[in-house]
Amino acid sequence: MARSVTTQHKTIATIAAWIVALLIFFPILYTIITSFKSEQEAIQGFNLIPSGTFESYSEVQAQSGYFKFFLNSVLLSVGSTILALLVAIPAAWSMAFSPTKRTKDILMWMLSTKMMPAVAVLFPIYLIFRDAGLLDSRMGLMVMLMLINLPIVVWMLYTYFREIPGEILEAARMDGASLWNEIIYVLTPMAVPGIASTMLLNIILAWNEAFWTIRLTTTDAAPLTAFISSFSSPQGLFWAKLSAASTLAIAPILIMGWFSQKQLVRGLTFGAVK
Amino acid sequence: MKLRTLILGLCSASALAFAAHAESITIATVNNGDMVRMQKLTDDFTKANPDIQLNWVTLEENVLRERVTTDIATKGGQYDVMTIGTYEVPIWAKQSWLLPLDKLGDDYDAKDIIPAIAGGLSVDGKLYAAPFYGESSFVMYRKDLMEKAGLKMPDAPTWDFIKQAADKMTDRANGVNGVCLRGKAGWGENMAFLTAMSNSFGARWFDENWKPQFDQPEWKKTLQFYVDLMKADGPEGASSNGFNENLALFQQGKCGMWIDATVAASFVSDPKNSTVADKVGYALAPDNGLGKRGNWLWAWSLAIPAGTQKADAAEKFVSWATSKHYAELVASKEGWANVPPGTRSSLYANAEYQKAAPFAKMTLDSINAADPTHPTVKPVPYVGVQFVAIPEFQGLGTTVGQLFSAALAGQSSVDDALKQAQDAATAAMTEGGYIK
Repeated sequence: MARSVTTQHKTIATIAAWIVALLIFFPILYTIITSFKSEQEAIQGFNLIPSGTFESYSEVQAQSGYFKFFLNSVLLSVGSTILALLVAIPAAWSMAFSPTKRTKDILMWMLSTKMMPAVAVLFPIYLIFRDAGLLDSRMGLMVMLMLINLPIVVWMLYTYFREIPGEILEAARMDGASLWNEIIYVLTPMAVPGIASTMLLNIILAWNEAFWTIRLTTTDAAPLTAFISSFSSPQGLFWAKLSAASTLAIAPILIMGWFSQKQLVRGLTFGAVK
Repeated sequence: MKLRTLILGLCSASALAFAAHAESITIATVNNGDMVRMQKLTDDFTKANPDIQLNWVTLEENVLRERVTTDIATKGGQYDVMTIGTYEVPIWAKQSWLLPLDKLGDDYDAKDIIPAIAGGLSVDGKLYAAPFYGESSFVMYRKDLMEKAGLKMPDAPTWDFIKQAADKMTDRANGVNGVCLRGKAGWGENMAFLTAMSNSFGARWFDENWKPQFDQPEWKKTLQFYVDLMKADGPEGASSNGFNENLALFQQGKCGMWIDATVAASFVSDPKNSTVADKVGYALAPDNGLGKRGNWLWAWSLAIPAGTQKADAAEKFVSWATSKHYAELVASKEGWANVPPGTRSSLYANAEYQKAAPFAKMTLDSINAADPTHPTVKPVPYVGVQFVAIPEFQGLGTTVGQLFSAALAGQSSVDDALKQAQDAATAAMTEGGYIK
């Protein structure tokens, strides 16, 4: 009896999980479906069966080449993640293993910078970028994306590092390891799952960032967010083309997320948000 | 073999040297059909000007406006040519943010630009932006449904006729709404329509001393008429409908009438996308016999920011894109119906264009019926038919648009919406130093 109740509960939980997952995924699914419709079909109301035309994809590619934007997205998200890790690993290490009475305040202060609306600092940032000659440069945007995501990266790494027993590091010190050797050869290998999931999450966040990537670029450094934005039209029909552009923009990150879901889930449940 | 390698090397070196000399200009634009077509046809320009390379930045309209404003106000120098509208040109020109266009070439024929359009893009007699395409607004209606209703659309209808026709054409059982109008909040969405409509009801945004006028009976008449008309004969969820949503409804045969931009005529009469392409008639925007019609005036135009280092190359491009030659180029490649409308008088005198675009005469008449310098029945201190050309208007127009959209959705009464609009406008004008 107990077993059948457990099985029943499991089935209900599975069905509920599928329903929730489908609800969350549905907007993306419908975007993909719409991308295979003609513009005429796209405006004719709700319909899950497209005619299967690739017209929108070829028009999107002809209108503005996809690969330049794609390459910029890859460079910006990977580059900003590497920069963020270079800064965040030592910062998280010092806060996790040599905390002071102000450590918690510093962590909260770092997180509080995420609470400010980005548009509030648009003008100062724009002027700094202009004066430094960084407008429409990949390097400038990489630094910007690194700074935006840094609080989250530090927080995640801090919670992973806290899981590592301090005694192991003490043992390394006893064996004569220097500070950098301790971080590079002892701490980092032990925190690899946490660092990997932080890295994956940061790549996703940087890939999807649309406020600064649209406002600080024109042509050379523009990533896929600018590519999507260019297909929205004030006058004319554009749903199918916009859907095709969106599908092309999210496809790489969706595929990456699919293959790395185990690491992502493991990392997320291991540390920060467990 | 060696000689071949040498020649190839020399060719590459000269190509590199040439590329290094080529000047590149960056053009910011919106994703409209005419703009996209222009990007496809730029080979014609680069062939004639091999020393100029073109970089395009296409953005969503609101993002473009924000980016271009940021760039020009901070002298960021990101763009050499900007696509801006009739609203921005007088404000920016007065701030000395734009270069006057006085070197467009001997064969440009600036006098050929339709006077109403040129007037909206000039300050102190100098042209600060060249119109790429211009538009007014008019009535697009279903001839078959009008006939079925036993009515005949006059060339210049009144609002009372529109109401009468909408009541008769509405057939909700068959999904037909008598009239489709903009309801989506925004200074360029519902407020473009409602401001132009209010002109024909004798209303105005401000009196001669910049005092807001939403507490006057003319605005009450305008908004009450609009809300009643839309409740009786408009589509469901009209408060979310902008240009594109109404275009989709009209193309699917769900609107008896649609009062909107003249540029929509080429979309609704296109048999590839419109199910009612052969049944559409056109008439001037309605009036109330007060001497002003409810039509607006707008031109997407190309301007050169004062901060550019490449003014000569930029002006060459602007001249090419807005020339008679460009119109002929589009006609030869894609037919006369696809030539950007509403900018040059010569286009409307062209018999081939008149034949290809049945809406040509009504478009020109609508543009000529709008006067941005005298937009209202009573005198006003501002320029602009469906907007007020002051910097504060973008924010204020959108706030008032949200209030009026809420009234249309039934979330507030017409009186409440007008009272709040009056308060918002008074606060904005006081803050801006227009009134004390």
